[in-house]
Amino acid sequence: MRSFLCVLTALAVIGLAFWAYRENYRTQEAQSHAQMLQSEIGEARQRLRVLNAEWAYLNRPVRLMDLVEINYDKLGLLPLQPYQFGKIDQVAYPAPPLLPITNPVDVSNMEQQP
Amino acid sequence: MIRTPLRPLARILEARNRGENPDAIERENIRLRHEDMRDRARRRAEGRLLVLAVMFFAAFGVVGGRMAVLASSEPAEPRTSVAGAQIQAQRADIVDREGRILATNFDTHSLYAQPQQMVDPENAAEKLAAIFPDLEREELLKDFTGKRKFLWIKRKLSPEQKQAVHDIGEPGLLFGPREMRLYPNGKLAAHVLGGAGFGREGVHAAEVIGVAGIERFYDERLRDPARAHEPLTLSLDLSVQAAMERVLYGGMKIMNAKGAAGILMDVHTGEVVAVASLPDFDPNDRPAPPVSGRPGDSPLFNRAVQGVYELGSTFKVFAVAQALELGLVSPSTMIDTTSPMTWGRFRIRDFHNYGPELSVTKVIVKSSNVGTARMAMEIGGTRQRAFLEKLGFMEPSPLEISEASRSKPLLPKNWSELSTMTISYGHGLSTTPMHLAAGYATIANGGRRVTPTLLRSPDAEPGERVISAQTSAAMRKMLREVVSEGTASLGEVEGYAVGGKTGTADKPKENGGGYYKDKVIATFASMFPAHDPKYVLVVTLDEPVETSGDQPRRTAGWTAVPIAAEIIRRVAPLMGLRPEIEPGELADIRQTSN
Repeated sequence: MRSFLCVLTALAVIGLAFWAYRENYRTQEAQSHAQMLQSEIGEARQRLRVLNAEWAYLNRPVRLMDLVEINYDKLGLLPLQPYQFGKIDQVAYPAPPLLPITNPVDVSNMEQQP
Repeated sequence: MIRTPLRPLARILEARNRGENPDAIERENIRLRHEDMRDRARRRAEGRLLVLAVMFFAAFGVVGGRMAVLASSEPAEPRTSVAGAQIQAQRADIVDREGRILATNFDTHSLYAQPQQMVDPENAAEKLAAIFPDLEREELLKDFTGKRKFLWIKRKLSPEQKQAVHDIGEPGLLFGPREMRLYPNGKLAAHVLGGAGFGREGVHAAEVIGVAGIERFYDERLRDPARAHEPLTLSLDLSVQAAMERVLYGGMKIMNAKGAAGILMDVHTGEVVAVASLPDFDPNDRPAPPVSGRPGDSPLFNRAVQGVYELGSTFKVFAVAQALELGLVSPSTMIDTTSPMTWGRFRIRDFHNYGPELSVTKVIVKSSNVGTARMAMEIGGTRQRAFLEKLGFMEPSPLEISEASRSKPLLPKNWSELSTMTISYGHGLSTTPMHLAAGYATIANGGRRVTPTLLRSPDAEPGERVISAQTSAAMRKMLREVVSEGTASLGEVEGYAVGGKTGTADKPKENGGGYYKDKVIATFASMFPAHDPKYVLVVTLDEPVETSGDQPRRTAGWTAVPIAAEIIRRVAPLMGLRPEIEPGELADIRQTSN
């Protein structure tokens, strides 16, 4: 009985050691994976920052103004002016509906004949 | 353990036979036994002490070793915790009210050299001098061949420059990663943003610190790692700011002015939508502070917030508003305006002689110094001072840029009766245009004190009441008349009902002794639309001359006003303000009460 217990304990220790060994390596793998993801996220953020900065740089008002001037022939853009706001009285009333046609007139269809 | 008996029989018998005292043997044995016990106790105690010493040594050794490792090792990002992912940048972005980027971070590299690792210092020095025109070959060579073990060559490199340096193939030239501050809009809002530089520097990283403007004022906030991912939202509007700077620059050139400032402020919240000061600079490449000449002429100088000027007749509005508020006059009260008015040795004159008397409205419309001075005399110095203090003219502007707190308004040392009169028409008290804008916003918004701010704060609490709503309405009507039929007639913008007051102040000579005859500060402080003001615009020109006529004209009505009108025409539609038909006056309806 006693030797059986000893063998059992030894087996349990070996089993636990194997499990711990595997868990250790899995943890390390997960950590390095997480680190890789983090650095990927970091790089993506950095790229995003550069793109944002570039977007802001390309959209800087001075450049846009120059582009508008260069492309005036094509686009004809001008600064926004007060008169470009429409007034309510500039909007036409909807046209009255056409009256129903009660006495249709036959028109000549001679031209269609050969 | 074998105990030796204290009285061994053999020795006792022997001793007895020899006639000695056997007790001596016993005592001797007891002594030996005690010595033995003492030795053992000592050994055990010594052993324990040793164990204790080893334990303490190990414990303190671990603590000390850990401290040494922490102190000497490079910081590493935590590998497992999630918190590490939140830190995105060293410094938070700055964005305008619509979220468009005004300042952001950019990754770049710095270049340093370790001369002892160099293979061919001469070649390196020559090629570096070819890549960077501002570096001298001889100086580089001296540094590379001298005793130095380390030197910085460039703080920031562009990718092209980095590649070119890389292509030299010199192992002693090394790159360190850097985060730099980038202002993608260049000169736009340069004075607000200020600029940033490097603080403490290491090979692998460097601190980015704000050196001026809002970057310096909010340095702590921008560098706080916990808030680095949320941008600082300003009240500025990028497109409005750009339009204003462009019009102001054109106006400054047409009017031959050497400087200009413009401020556009929301009258209710005190948010500064645009603020410009010309000439300006590029915060990406902030120039060094000037060492010669007047600091006020440097591009770094912020005329809108740092420059304290006597702002002239624009101040008349405050004197009249207070006289109305105190019930001393009504808009139609007639005021004696006989020019010149004599006070002791001094004479106060008007630009033209406006006859013996004018109504209060006309005093403002025609800008009569004499009439305003008389009203100020009725108000008295103490009350005038208290009123101006309530409007914020006594302390530095609370605007959130580092320069603002350093420019205190210049007050007269002794607030005499003469000071009271001159201050009423804007001489003897120097303030920044930002103060003036805040004061006009208070007049315009119905009488609540306005604190200018650069931060987006759409639901700012209205400040304490300074003047009543009725006084505010009366003042707005007067200011509207200044534009529709007075000194600022060029300021009319159809659909926006501009109201405002001009001010032309002679510049005081730098070394004292009176004023220049041909140098003025021309200011136009305006609000629009006058019947329901939304924004206040202050335009100030430094030494403008308008030369289209026979005579050079310097008054604000000819210089600052047309520029302000053009700014309003450009900017108001950008802010979504529709042109409106001004509500006409209703005939014969009066407020009555009994």
